[in-house]
Amino acid sequence: MSTALFGSVETGIIYALMALGVYISFRVLDFPDLTVDGSFVTGSAIAAVLITSGQSPIIATAAGTAGGFLAGCITGILHTKGKINPLLSGILMMIALYSINLRIMGGQSNVPLLNEQTIFTMITEFWTSLGISQPVNQSLAGIGIMDPAIIFTALILTFIVKFITDYFLKTEVGMALRATGDNKSMIRSFSANTDGLIILGIGLSNALVALSGALVAQQGGFADAGMGVGMIIIGLASVIIGEALFGTKSIARTTFAVIIGAVIYRIVVTMALLADFLETGDMKLITAVIVIGALITPKLIESRREKKRRLRKKAELSRAAPAEERSGQNAST
Amino acid sequence: MLRLEQVSLTFNEGTMDEKKALQNANIELKSGEFLTVIGSNGAGKSTLMNVISGSVIPDTGNIFINGQAVTPMQEYKRSQMIGRVFQNPSAGTAPSMTIEENLSMAWSRNKKRTLKPGVNKKKKEVFQEHLKTLNLGLEDRMTAQVGLLSGGERQALSLLMATFTEPDILMLDEHTAALDPSRAELITGITADVVEKFQLTTLMVTHNMQQALDLGTRLIMMDQGQIILDVAGEEKQNLTVEKLLEEFQRLRGEKMANDKAVLG
Repeated sequence: MSTALFGSVETGIIYALMALGVYISFRVLDFPDLTVDGSFVTGSAIAAVLITSGQSPIIATAAGTAGGFLAGCITGILHTKGKINPLLSGILMMIALYSINLRIMGGQSNVPLLNEQTIFTMITEFWTSLGISQPVNQSLAGIGIMDPAIIFTALILTFIVKFITDYFLKTEVGMALRATGDNKSMIRSFSANTDGLIILGIGLSNALVALSGALVAQQGGFADAGMGVGMIIIGLASVIIGEALFGTKSIARTTFAVIIGAVIYRIVVTMALLADFLETGDMKLITAVIVIGALITPKLIESRREKKRRLRKKAELSRAAPAEERSGQNAST
Repeated sequence: MLRLEQVSLTFNEGTMDEKKALQNANIELKSGEFLTVIGSNGAGKSTLMNVISGSVIPDTGNIFINGQAVTPMQEYKRSQMIGRVFQNPSAGTAPSMTIEENLSMAWSRNKKRTLKPGVNKKKKEVFQEHLKTLNLGLEDRMTAQVGLLSGGERQALSLLMATFTEPDILMLDEHTAALDPSRAELITGITADVVEKFQLTTLMVTHNMQQALDLGTRLIMMDQGQIILDVAGEEKQNLTVEKLLEEFQRLRGEKMANDKAVLG
């Protein structure tokens, strides 16, 4: 049980990078970008192919990230220069990437990474070579963490990306990017190239998505052409759950919320799959239900609160009214 | 400073809805001149602003700012030289960002945007000094979201953002039209102050004839895409709303169509 839980925390932290990417496109740029389903696979495909051909996992991961950046830029160009609707440019890129990803993987729909060196095996090896791994691992295994090196690497990496994102969004360029999502004509009147900023923003968003994909492939031990299906909804679920629970007071807080949202999403899915009547194949359905729930629940709570408030006001008024009547009668007599 | 040469623009050419928005418009604005533009709806005032700012490209003619031809230049590049305030108070600011962040973005208008923090201590002090001149207490609310400000406060902030980097041209597009009378008066006052303080070359479009007479050193009246009246100096100072209406009737042989222009 706790092993399954920590397993989902680990996966959640790696998927949080993807969720941060979705946060940049959906929230910061207000651009519903569906490229994600394709660029996630692009990241894992490039990384897997380079690793199997003997490249260093670090270079392979970086190349995967760059591939995602490029894909995102093309979506941005389709929208800004080709004047195609944001949703449609994302869908077009997603469908194009399906074929491109197959090409990258040499026509196969699956590239296994069994017995290959990955970022995670590298770190586990390094950890073991320190000599203190035995006692630490054993004590951590007691609380359910099977592979401490992996979970801590993922944690450190995700938080480094989070802090860079926080910093970037407060720079002059980053602020112009946020303003592009907030009020395009305003920031254009302050000499910002909004087309360029959208291309850059969608590029960065998909770079994070592809980085996440590259890491997921290395953790899971394979890249698969179908592994990106529904990825955008998982990203959105993370963003919405995180924001609903932790709020959006500041950028740092929101990016933190998104990471926690990604982890919570994984935990919820894992718990749901523990139920006897659900199968692994039901995962996408569970995801859809989670997102629908996360979208509707806050509004339901809000409207119920409003209703209560109104009833209370009404009650107060009806209590006050007879009192007034009486005082009115007193005055007249 | 600003020169328009034979600028023409027709919308929907060759269709039933053909509209000559600008017909051979010639304007030359000297440095420090404050031009007010009046005219009824559809006279071409907004089109005039849009061809100068670059959001619309004219069919023919040339536009020069500081002697440099800007006609083919993209809007965002041109806006390095132009400060703009829009009619809608929400249009000139980013509502989900803070006052200091908005000012910082305006501060970057004529500079290259870098990967350095947009707001730092030094900039904050500068912004605070500028905000104090508005007398709205905004200097104490630097980290408040702009979306929480009232329309008048937002418009005052927009005006500050458009002017404090001293643009070559300041363009005001009916920037008090969406405000209630007392707020409009406040913004009109701030406008006069900042234009005076920075000696800005200004173009102001307005529906309100009285405002056009009160502000500025020169006035043009437009009708059907043409500039039909151009007065400056003492002649402008002696103008009244009645005289303007008479002048319009004399020039066009008909009464001015829009009551809003008189009353507004």
